[in-house]
Amino acid sequence: MLVNGNAHKVGAHIDTDAIIPARFLVTTDTKVLGSNCMEGLEPGWVKRVHQNDIMVAGENFGCGSSREHAPIAILGAGIPVVVAKSFARIFYRNGFNMGLVLLEVGNDIDKFSDGDKLEVDTEAGSIKNFTTGETIICAKVPPFMQELLDAGGLVPYVRKRLAEKKQ
Amino acid sequence: MSHTLAEKILQAHTDEEISGAGQIVNCRLSLVLANDITAPLAIKSFKAMGAAGVFDRDKVALVCDHFTPNKDIASAEQVKVVREFAREAGVTHYYEGGNVGVEHALLPELGLVGPGDVVIGADSHTCTYGGLGAFATGMGSTDIAGGMALGETWFKVPPTIRVAFEGKLEPFVGAKDLILRLIGRIGVSGALYRALEFCGSVIDDLSIEGRMTMANMAIEAGGKVGLFPADEKTLAYCRAAGRTGDKPLKADAGAVYEQDLTLSISGMSPQVACPHLPENVRGVDELGDLVVDQAVIGSCTNGRIEDLRVAASILKGRKVAKGVRCIVLPATPKIWRQAMDEGLFSIFMDAGAVVGPPTCGPCLGGHMGILAGGERCISTTNRNFRGRMGSLESEVYLASPAVAAASAVTGVITNPAKL
Ligand code: SF4
Repeated sequence: MLVNGNAHKVGAHIDTDAIIPARFLVTTDTKVLGSNCMEGLEPGWVKRVHQNDIMVAGENFGCGSSREHAPIAILGAGIPVVVAKSFARIFYRNGFNMGLVLLEVGNDIDKFSDGDKLEVDTEAGSIKNFTTGETIICAKVPPFMQELLDAGGLVPYVRKRLAEKKQ
Repeated sequence: MSHTLAEKILQAHTDEEISGAGQIVNCRLSLVLANDITAPLAIKSFKAMGAAGVFDRDKVALVCDHFTPNKDIASAEQVKVVREFAREAGVTHYYEGGNVGVEHALLPELGLVGPGDVVIGADSHTCTYGGLGAFATGMGSTDIAGGMALGETWFKVPPTIRVAFEGKLEPFVGAKDLILRLIGRIGVSGALYRALEFCGSVIDDLSIEGRMTMANMAIEAGGKVGLFPADEKTLAYCRAAGRTGDKPLKADAGAVYEQDLTLSISGMSPQVACPHLPENVRGVDELGDLVVDQAVIGSCTNGRIEDLRVAASILKGRKVAKGVRCIVLPATPKIWRQAMDEGLFSIFMDAGAVVGPPTCGPCLGGHMGILAGGERCISTTNRNFRGRMGSLESEVYLASPAVAAASAVTGVITNPAKL
């Protein structure tokens, strides 16, 4: 998958309450959750986002609760990819399960600034920064996880796998 | 390639070649677990996946232990969903009523987990089975649904912190004190995303129950798993639980560790985690006079027979202090019967303690021992977050069964050696 968009930079240790505060957990609707994405960080944050923009975050992104609403809110905001220095463990799983692409780049995170124009190639594991002219290579999304993402998350992925097994 | 314990176990469950930490691998699962709180959500996802049935009826465990015997209508409805699903799907290992015990005490005892297994559970303390040498970890409900349908899931191979415990344990100091000491040292995110691998002479001498107590709290340091090698003691435990074919298991010589820690525990006093984080650990003698209103002895951390024996040895011939509620909850029906047959209940009741059924109960503020504002509890459980056992204004101190029992007797948090 090729994603072209602007970088939205956030800090380190962004927790799931920052991504989607508990008061919004009364729904599982992607759009509604998306319209409140990052409300716990900065009210109205999501207004700056255009479809296919990319979140760029510091270390331990998504720490805190295991709520699956967090990756759903990011997807609902129109952000298909998060690039971070590192991710919290349960968020990392939930992200892929919900169909959100997560790329870990370590210290290379400092090579991104807010507003940079990026192109992410999830298959190649590369991020082209058109603003700086630099390309950053990160670990590729493994083939079977790519399959998970292509299917649109864990629920559709398992549905597809089960159908294949039946044949 | 030399493997850590975590890598070695995962390697045996995947067709991919594990070359080190950070790699993502797809693994076959030995057991998938959910409880009365997390199973209903997992069942919802499972149905959305269009799964016709579980991957293996014998490898799914549904344990209704948190609010059971059902404390109210909502919890009864939750359990009903799980019960009906278990019946429909023909799940062999469904537990409720007289069969149920606290999941992480129950499954090892029934022989459902053993060395080299890969287990996922919709409960963060699934890591308990690391005490038997199983790679066992908690996940979200949708992951569990996927596991129930496919019998496999993906893991990112964790880097490992190896922790050696050396020295000699003082009387009344044991597994709980060791793990509290470690969490106090590295903090609640000290093992974030990592595997903990325990070793050293103290660990070799530890009982299987004690190892499970320690593995149970790996998550309180942020760890993904807390692993012990499987030795002769492990195999004897597994055989007694009716398992066959288990083999010893240890890390390869030359395996790569991210960090090596050694904790010298000679002269260490019993440890207590003060509110409101498991990392606020201090020696019991440093606490001053802290009056308690309640003492809880039970849970997946310390509700096993060994724990009850320790508590009974301290309560024997003594009385629980006036105004203190001492609540003893044997973690499983088997432990309950054993404690009864050994005469421990007479000791508890003579001392003025309450003996309850196997349940999570007060551990998560569910029922059977909820705290009022301003109350303080000494508890053998694993979490002391604000409001965990009731009112947001209450306090939970975490300690061993020996400290909890001694504190119940004196009414203040007490070093059992000083009774
Ligand atoms: S005893 Fe407490 S920590 Fe253990 S499974 Fe039950 S609620 Fe969770």
